[in-house]
Amino acid sequence: MAEATKYLKLSGLEPLIVTPESNFINVGERTNVTGSRKFLRLIKDEKYEEALDIARNQVEGGAQIIDVNMDEGMLDGVHAMTKFLNLIAAEPDIARVPVMIDSSKWEIIEAGLKVIQGKGIVNSISLKEGKEAFVHHAKLIKRYGAAVIVMAFDEKGQADTYERRIEICKRSYDILVNEVHFPAEDIIFDPNIFPVATGMEEHKLNAVDFFRATKWIRENLPYAGVSGGVSNVSFSFRGNDKVREAMHSAFLYHAIKNGMTMGIVNPEMLEVYDEIDPVLLEHVEDVLLNRREDATERLLELAESYKGESKSGEKAVQEWRNHSLQDRLTHSLVKGIDEFIETDVEEARLSVTKPIEVIENHLMNGMNVVGDLFGSGKMFLPQVVKSARVMKKAVAYLLPYIEASKDGKSSSAGKVLMATVKGDVHDIGKNIVSVVLACNNFEIIDLGVMVPPEKIIETAVKENVDIIGLSGLITPSLDEMVYLAKEMDKLNLKIPVMIGGATTSRAHTAVKIAPAYKETVVHVNDASRAVTVASNLLQAETRADYADTVRAEYDKLREGYLNRSREKNYLTIEEARANKLQLDWNNFTPVKPNFIGTKTISVELSELVDFIDWTPFFQSWELYGKYPAILTDEVVGEQASHLFADAQKMLHQIVAEKWFTAKGILGIFPANTINDDDIEVQPTTNHQPPTTFLTLRQQSQKTAGAPNMALADFIAPKESGKQDYVGCFCVTTGFGVDEKAVEFEKQLDDYNSILVKALGDRLAEAFAEYLHLKVRKEIWGYASEERLSNQELIDEAYKGIRPAPGYPACPDHLEKPTIWKLLDVENKIGVKLTESMAMWPAASVSGYYFAHPQSKYFGLGKIKNDQVEAYAKRRNISTTLATKWLSPNIAD
Amino acid sequence: MSKIQDALKERILVLDGAMGTMLQRNQFKEADFRGERFKDFPYPLQGNNDLLSITQPEAVKTVHRLYFQAGADIVETNTFSATTIGMADYHLQDLVYELNYQSAKIAREVADEFTDRPRFVAGSIGPTNRTASMSPDVNDPGFRAVTFDELRMAYKQQVEALIDGGCDVLLVETIFDTLNAKAALFAIEEVKETRNLDIPVMVSGTITDASGRTLSGQTVEAFLISIQHIPLLSVGFNCALGADQLKPYLKRLAHNTTLNISAHPNAGLPNAFGQYDQTPQEMQALIKEYLQDNLVNIIGGCCGTTPEHIKAIAEVAKQFKPRQILETI
Repeated sequence: MAEATKYLKLSGLEPLIVTPESNFINVGERTNVTGSRKFLRLIKDEKYEEALDIARNQVEGGAQIIDVNMDEGMLDGVHAMTKFLNLIAAEPDIARVPVMIDSSKWEIIEAGLKVIQGKGIVNSISLKEGKEAFVHHAKLIKRYGAAVIVMAFDEKGQADTYERRIEICKRSYDILVNEVHFPAEDIIFDPNIFPVATGMEEHKLNAVDFFRATKWIRENLPYAGVSGGVSNVSFSFRGNDKVREAMHSAFLYHAIKNGMTMGIVNPEMLEVYDEIDPVLLEHVEDVLLNRREDATERLLELAESYKGESKSGEKAVQEWRNHSLQDRLTHSLVKGIDEFIETDVEEARLSVTKPIEVIENHLMNGMNVVGDLFGSGKMFLPQVVKSARVMKKAVAYLLPYIEASKDGKSSSAGKVLMATVKGDVHDIGKNIVSVVLACNNFEIIDLGVMVPPEKIIETAVKENVDIIGLSGLITPSLDEMVYLAKEMDKLNLKIPVMIGGATTSRAHTAVKIAPAYKETVVHVNDASRAVTVASNLLQAETRADYADTVRAEYDKLREGYLNRSREKNYLTIEEARANKLQLDWNNFTPVKPNFIGTKTISVELSELVDFIDWTPFFQSWELYGKYPAILTDEVVGEQASHLFADAQKMLHQIVAEKWFTAKGILGIFPANTINDDDIEVQPTTNHQPPTTFLTLRQQSQKTAGAPNMALADFIAPKESGKQDYVGCFCVTTGFGVDEKAVEFEKQLDDYNSILVKALGDRLAEAFAEYLHLKVRKEIWGYASEERLSNQELIDEAYKGIRPAPGYPACPDHLEKPTIWKLLDVENKIGVKLTESMAMWPAASVSGYYFAHPQSKYFGLGKIKNDQVEAYAKRRNISTTLATKWLSPNIAD
Repeated sequence: MSKIQDALKERILVLDGAMGTMLQRNQFKEADFRGERFKDFPYPLQGNNDLLSITQPEAVKTVHRLYFQAGADIVETNTFSATTIGMADYHLQDLVYELNYQSAKIAREVADEFTDRPRFVAGSIGPTNRTASMSPDVNDPGFRAVTFDELRMAYKQQVEALIDGGCDVLLVETIFDTLNAKAALFAIEEVKETRNLDIPVMVSGTITDASGRTLSGQTVEAFLISIQHIPLLSVGFNCALGADQLKPYLKRLAHNTTLNISAHPNAGLPNAFGQYDQTPQEMQALIKEYLQDNLVNIIGGCCGTTPEHIKAIAEVAKQFKPRQILETI
């Protein structure tokens, strides 16, 4: 009968009872967004499947409890905690262990407590915000049925000495046990593990004080346990894993001897105590136990000799050529190697009776491996696209034989029509999804870009497709999608629709598109989900359920969205104008530009290379992370590096062989703001009447003191009597891109076709960045003293802005025709506007220049109908038309 | 200390048997379920057994009376599905307070007819038809058809009405998802705190099959740890299994707790037609083994058991002392 003995008892699907005989309980720490960049990224990208793998690896690796932390500014912590714990509940191999709900925010802790069926641990509460909050939280934790970690923290601050540690722990214990009647065995103290060997005198006792406090707690606070986050102790040796691993195990060794019961530990960052190099151990323990005056210096010195210790073993590259035929084909597909594919396919063809069997067996076996690896996050998009390239080449090689034997075709998983909607020219994302679906045996009918709705519907019906995939990047495309959904609904079509592309979102799909069409409409956020979604839409067994689930999910999302948007307060446009940004024009004189008028710009591509911002390039391949850190990222680093190498190689060719032509035009004109929101521009040729840029003003209720901004606020108003200026531009590197892409497609090389387009986009952005610099320093010259690094440019550290119509500060695409007319863009450099105001060629950028040092980027947010009506009058168009163009920004 | 706690020290208490099985004997039709009051209700009501406490109270009282006569010390209110969540299927969410209040009241009335020894009314709190820690959709494992807070609110309303109607004890039963039970226990603690009253609570889980786990995947020991944060009168298992299949799990429970143990197994496993055909004598023999092994403090029956089964169980329970809870080492 162990019952009434006071042991800490926890549960997941299985029990965990901590008795004096228990060894140290190790808590897995990798499912923590503050401690693992990889986990953070997966959660941010909603890649919960992969995030679950991390939890699973922890449990398989011996974690007896898993710590889950979602405390990150950009995350909805309540949502992430709920969602992740719900998903864990569905994985018995993870859910068997108890959960440690780790957050500094009570609402996240409570959200976690509401979704775990077992008895977990809350990490943590403390007296930091006073006794009342402490008691309140402890009572609720008890009622939810969890144990608790109490931090040695009180109203005065975090305990950093032995005395403060025991004082706070004692007081916390007494309140919990005597006032809250919290079971003493369910209390675990975290007496703060702080770094040692920092060089600061006051940190010397950090480990020793922790050990002493632990011992005191175990001797004086009956049944309570002690825990802590171990990796903190070695903080000053980041980057030197050898030393950190030794420090962790030596620290644990002493902490456990003093009574530490559990701890948050990364098992991979832990050396076996007995196997620590004795010299290193001695140095580490000197520091931990504060045994010598010069312990820190000595350890730092020794640590140098361990830096960068790593092993590498390059194997014989071609060894795999000796493997079996299937293994060789699989290897080629997985690694994306096309060197031997025809030889191997030929060998396979000779070994079978019908050539089609090579596709159905050999090649599909290999592609299944690719699919599994991709699905489980072990392969990344650029690799899959390369695999597809090899597959395409293999199939192309076989086709003549297959046709000769007239066997017909292999059966496909389903027919998918893919199209970028009318008025939109962007197709990188659509092409990636097409490739991934094709790899998974879907038959793709790709209608390309700017596809009118009639053509999509006609083709869908004629070809009897199973799914329609729509893509778009600019905001008017959203309306095109809604329109198409309505038309399909009228015709009673039964074809499910997948929505994707940069401006699309789950929210927009749920709120605007799904209600317009009786059949399923589903938003597919990234290519890796496309296969699952498409399969779910088509499989006879799951189709109906899946459709219901998506519908229910979207209904709920829509309700939530509508409720939320109703809650927001808006000002009338008059009130918003009254609260505009008031710059001090009395004490500011705009810099007179060195050049006024329009001029075309040509530039060598080689000059643009240094201006490339690579981070979005990786994003377009679904590799997330900042350049250059992404190249060494623990998860995607290797892939990012390969992709980067390919990109560099192609970029070199683009520049050397002049694949593209860079053309640009800009204009700088005298201008003043009139009527609050309009910028009156004086063209330089005398016979032209003034042109007006129409800007839109934020209307949502701001916190006190914050203005309701419009771009017009950055230009001196006419009544100020100061002459101000505004600029605008259009640049392109798109001429030549499509031709190259088509060439690659002819060679069945989707990888390079997508790559060339992605590089075209990057060069266009680089051109805009380059030109902006020239404008600031020379052409306008308002910042001639500027000296910024490329990174600072990317971080927008410069003065003045170059906002683009169609983007958050000025979502109005109808400003583009104004710029086109003012600069005569189409005649001068050949960039055209489509009916949706997308630029053709796609690798083009246009925008304005604002020079005022306080001008900055902002988001317009939602506006109300009164502004739409006023805008329609200013633009001299009907309110209906204005509503159509501005609809993504109109509050419901 | 309440009367039921005193009684538990003296003897093994007998819980009643199945309510549904007994009510079916009346072969009520749609019109009977509706009664006068719901004659024009726009939705079908047949099969809503809990509603019979209002529309056919005499039939329900008769079942309670038969069980008390058979020797039961505790009867359960006819409220297994009487939450806003359970009643949503019948569009009767608004009736939940009254259903629970009336069910408790009529059970109390029948209990008070018996004056030979104290007879108790346990407010039956079922699991609802939704699970808080499992998704009903295999393709979306993160989805939940009900949240903790929705369950907590629903249970709170049920608990308040059961107490107002005169229950002696609350029985959170047929727990197949421990998170649902935790929401019920949370609600009970809230009601206890706001009303400043103490009412004993019984908890009874369900081991669904030979895996030895709850439907939501917990082992016996994990389940026990997960529900012990509030003071309980007893913990046990009911439903899904017959007395023989349930025994190993009761043993594991008894081994790990100093709480009183309850069991109300089904009358064996259902046959091919979904009927239970274990006879009262067969069940009595199995329960006798429980008693010999010192496994239980409260014993009764679940699906398929009748007053005849309870009579046989009560006869054998009388011959044994309650399970002795050993002092801790």
